[in-house]
Amino acid sequence: MSDPNKRRPQTKMVPVQPRAIVPDRDADKSPILECHHLGVDFGGLTAVNDFNLMIGRTEIAGLIGPNGAGKTTVFNLLTKVYQPTRGTILLDGADTSRMTTEQINRAGIARTFQNIRLFGNLSVEDNVKLGLHNHIEYGMWSGVLRTPRYWREERRAHESAMELLKIFEMQDLAGAKAGSLPYGAQRRLEIVRALATNPSLLLLDEPAAGMNPSETAELMDNIVRIRDLFQIAVMLIEHDMSLVMGICEGICVLNFGQVIAKGTPDEIKSDLVVIEAYLGRKDKKQKEAE
Amino acid sequence: MKNKLSKASRRAFLTCAVVVAAFVALQSLASAGAMSSMLRGLLVPICAYVVMAISLNLTVGVLGELSLGHAGFMSVGAFTGVTAAAALQNLVASKELRLIAALLVGAIFAGIVGFLVGIPVLRLNGDYLAIVTLAFGEIIKSVFNNLYLGLDGHGFHLSLLDNKLRMEEGGRLIIGGPMGVGGIQKIANFATGFALIMLCLVVIFNLVNSRAGRAIMAIRDNRIAAESVGIPVTKYKMTAFVTSAAMAGAAGALFALNFSTIVANKFDFNTSILVLVFVVLGGLGNMLGSIVAAAALTVLPEALRQFADYRMLVYAIVLIAVMLLRNSPGIRAFTERARIRKGGEAE
Repeated sequence: MSDPNKRRPQTKMVPVQPRAIVPDRDADKSPILECHHLGVDFGGLTAVNDFNLMIGRTEIAGLIGPNGAGKTTVFNLLTKVYQPTRGTILLDGADTSRMTTEQINRAGIARTFQNIRLFGNLSVEDNVKLGLHNHIEYGMWSGVLRTPRYWREERRAHESAMELLKIFEMQDLAGAKAGSLPYGAQRRLEIVRALATNPSLLLLDEPAAGMNPSETAELMDNIVRIRDLFQIAVMLIEHDMSLVMGICEGICVLNFGQVIAKGTPDEIKSDLVVIEAYLGRKDKKQKEAE
Repeated sequence: MKNKLSKASRRAFLTCAVVVAAFVALQSLASAGAMSSMLRGLLVPICAYVVMAISLNLTVGVLGELSLGHAGFMSVGAFTGVTAAAALQNLVASKELRLIAALLVGAIFAGIVGFLVGIPVLRLNGDYLAIVTLAFGEIIKSVFNNLYLGLDGHGFHLSLLDNKLRMEEGGRLIIGGPMGVGGIQKIANFATGFALIMLCLVVIFNLVNSRAGRAIMAIRDNRIAAESVGIPVTKYKMTAFVTSAAMAGAAGALFALNFSTIVANKFDFNTSILVLVFVVLGGLGNMLGSIVAAAALTVLPEALRQFADYRMLVYAIVLIAVMLLRNSPGIRAFTERARIRKGGEAE
């Protein structure tokens, strides 16, 4: 840790500090996540290129952009579902280049999925207990032989699971099959399961997709509440601008795998490049018509 | 107290109760002499096939991976178990102890082979696993068809050529290549078979309803999500696969010690598929279903001997009929109604 060269990989490029948009309260602490020149190619296609980002310890950050911009690819890079072709990811200052998806989770990144990935045949409670998997301390043989340790740890897991389900007031659904829940509840359960892994950074991939405005408003409150309660950083991909502009402190806009803008919600709202990416550019004829 | 039991443990208790009841009924029938010799001869094979079915159900139903070489593990257990029983013949007087030792040795060796097969296989998903286990079943058959094992005062002699064993006087050939193992002491009995079934059931139910079992089912339901919550996928796939293989090994040893001769060709692809039929017919993940299917389909071909040449035809028709019945909307609606009624009473 003392040798800065060990922490930061040597690249030919001069390491440019990404323009920090970390909220003031996190400014004196080291960021939870840093991406430097992150990029991935699929065959000849560059899906993400030169992605730089810094997220503060308790920041709520937004990642937006038109469809196909590479937002979910960034999440998949951060969680090592894809291996980056270029660049570095530092999680709490530590390089994650050799980690697998499961090690990333244990190191502190939890995520939800755009197309919900619950354990559909298991109960709601079991889904949360699977999130707690690495915090339940008994081995396979304790389970098979039903030692006192098994009963003690299972009871503790049950209590923690119920506690977590309470965040979204889902305790009553604990026995239901996860696959049979309504859509919105499945999305909420995915967040609870991710929280159960005790992350320091929570990645939410379109948490409000398919929710009506009142559900979205409730979700916004809950995301802020989760951040305050667990003191963790949240990064979310979302198309619902009311949610993004409402709770995100820093926003990063992607288009065609490139970062086109970074800033606070107000800066992003008035950024011409962003507006152009979303709505297109006026061509000559339109300009003349005006 | 009754309400505190989860659905899963109620199911486990029901399964165990059915097995115990069946054992008591069959045992009393047998001791009263009211059982045909045909059925009496089938008691131990039924136990072996039941263990095969529930162990394969662990791989196919709980882990969600298709294995087409389960008979290969049975074969490993059979040959190592028989060898152990033969080696202990003069050392251990008690038949029961020898049988238990043979089952243990069969389970351990099959578990080790399962581990070795698992190292490359469990990195694969879906169809590839089925292909590799299919090949494994064939390879293990060829190995035992070409393996000669003798025992003399110096210990075991292993060779792939029958005249190269170099045993001293008084040495005894145990595994004789394509001739298999002959002159086996039939020490397997129904009670031990029943005990083995119960042991496997308890292990499987306790495993499934614990941290490890949840992880295994999570991998079945969604591997990517399982990885994303920090579950080491390969480790738990291996746990389930090796447990399943070890149980198949014990079943193989039990099966082999019920016959005087055993050959490698008995444990071929057809046996693997037969066990898979038990599992599919009984329902994936449904242990009681596997047990009933294994017992019924082991007895059925023998009971159909009166149809002589049409035996397999009738067997096939019965299979198709059961499958149609299980999935018919009428039957489904009936069981659904029964379930709701039961649920209503509980509340």
